[in-house]
Amino acid sequence: MKSFPDSKWIAAGLILITLLFPFLTDNSYYLNILITIFIFTIATSGMNMIAGYTGQLSLAHAGFFGIGAYTYGLLMAKAGMPFLVALAAAILLTGAVGAAVGIISLRTKGHYFAIFSLCVGVILLLVIEKWESLTEGVRGLLGIPIAKIGPLEFATLSSQYYLILCFLLLTSWINYRIIHSLVGRTFVSIRNSEELAEALGINVMRNKLLAFVHATVLAGLAGALYAGYIRFIGPDIASVEHTFDMLLYLLVGGIGTLWGPFVGTTLVTVGMQLLQSWQEYRMVIFGPLLVLIVMYLPYGIIGAIHRRRMKRVAAGQAGVPQEAGARIAMQDRRMAGGEVDA
Amino acid sequence: MDLFFQQLINGLVLGSIYSLVALGITLIYGIMQLPNFAHGHLYMLGAYLTLFMITLYGFAYWPAVLVSVAALVLVGMLLERIVFRPLRSAPHINSMIAAVGVMLFIEATARALWGSDYRRLETPYDDVIHLFGVTITEQRLIVVAAAVLLMVGLHLFLKRTVIGATIEAMAQNREGAFLVGINANRVSLLTFAIASGLAAAAASLAAPLNLVYPSMGAMVNLKAFVIIVLGGMGSIPGAVLGGYILGLAESLSGTYISSEYKDLVAFLILVLILTVKPTGLLAKEAR
Repeated sequence: MKSFPDSKWIAAGLILITLLFPFLTDNSYYLNILITIFIFTIATSGMNMIAGYTGQLSLAHAGFFGIGAYTYGLLMAKAGMPFLVALAAAILLTGAVGAAVGIISLRTKGHYFAIFSLCVGVILLLVIEKWESLTEGVRGLLGIPIAKIGPLEFATLSSQYYLILCFLLLTSWINYRIIHSLVGRTFVSIRNSEELAEALGINVMRNKLLAFVHATVLAGLAGALYAGYIRFIGPDIASVEHTFDMLLYLLVGGIGTLWGPFVGTTLVTVGMQLLQSWQEYRMVIFGPLLVLIVMYLPYGIIGAIHRRRMKRVAAGQAGVPQEAGARIAMQDRRMAGGEVDA
Repeated sequence: MDLFFQQLINGLVLGSIYSLVALGITLIYGIMQLPNFAHGHLYMLGAYLTLFMITLYGFAYWPAVLVSVAALVLVGMLLERIVFRPLRSAPHINSMIAAVGVMLFIEATARALWGSDYRRLETPYDDVIHLFGVTITEQRLIVVAAAVLLMVGLHLFLKRTVIGATIEAMAQNREGAFLVGINANRVSLLTFAIASGLAAAAASLAAPLNLVYPSMGAMVNLKAFVIIVLGGMGSIPGAVLGGYILGLAESLSGTYISSEYKDLVAFLILVLILTVKPTGLLAKEAR
């Protein structure tokens, strides 16, 4: 598709700005906000993989975020492991739990899957909260050491910033490659119709599992990075409300779009900062916002932009042969996640 | 053995409350294919309304319950009209997410208006009755009796009245219901009204046993979802049966296994059952 040459330029510009950002300002408040945005973009992009591209609304995401955070935190604080080992272990363990959960839960479909995964999320939260001998329960896990790679110590805010930015860029690149590969198209075909995908010879279960494990791995990575950045974690990071926060980010940005997680996380996080005095009651505003979005902007901001552009392209090519027009229309539906149905 | 019977009774009380909440969710699911995640928060609203009617306006217990049920009936109808009806033809995921939005809004509003403290709802029925070596407070007895009464009433309403039959008809076959001239909007409005009323009744009955606080509905809601998945989504007998099974399982495992992890039991049962049978125990239809 030749329709978004500009999105690469936007990406390049954004990467440049984020890379230079610590030189432009040393205001730690802005850096903190950006780091939070980066971490939750990673987590939300995982949710996007399974809910947006594969069409399976998983509501266990914060639970996996919690597994990643606690594995990393415990290995660093209690076992004293090196940073990279703890990070790798966090990712692997989250992925392994994700695979086990996926094998069971993905056999259910539609609403059953959404409710089942919600219950899995609650189980993960309760285990983290009640397993006091390991996780310190509601007291929370304190004193996670500063991340170190060899002589490199990520003690300052800007070094943390670059570390997390690195992982954001890496995951964005991986997600981009997946979505533009055969695997990504397979995910989308499952979202559009599981029966049709099966009839085409796609192993639906295996691909759903792949998307699910990838999603959980991203949640685990984000959780580990979060634990390394905040250096104090409590069980509430695994709570169901946190899953709904991520769902809000995803919907505002645009479910089933590559830019959606970043745009949504940024807008909502900044919005929440502006409403900071409301912190506890912010859902008075964001709850109805969620309803309004699914009513009037069901494809999120990026989805709406895509659709408008596709329509313009389709209108501009009114003279092209029928087949090409049909293909554009189909692309339109896919990009916008028109067939997303849990 | 006395302990066992005591826990059996407690399980029945718990199960009655779960069943009433689950009934509302399953009714709405049957009509609109909508897992209403906000249902537990309607339950919470019901408890607060009863509490305020008693403490602020000096109502007696039963009139307060009636006012709360009536108010929640209105809230339910309002929700259906404003939020869920416009989303009826949208993909299912949209109405599900809208329900999440409603849920977050109700809880945040309750927190903002009434604070996060735990409140007690005093009941006039706190005498203790001894029956065959088992002690039970009057309120608990009332919970079980009222729940059974409501369930029987609902059953009669659905089976014996024409309006009730329209709900059943639409749950069984949407297109068929349209063909015989059933007004879908009226039915879904009615369903939301009944479901919300049941939630308010359940909350008002249960509130004296527990405490009233803004997130009191969250866990009940999740467990009600476990129940309707167990009982088959949209199945009314399934919701009742599932509610009592879960209530008993929780109460007995809380005594004999570990009280710390008793909240986990519901979710573990669900995982076990869905592992064996991905469509639920009494699925209405293979999905």
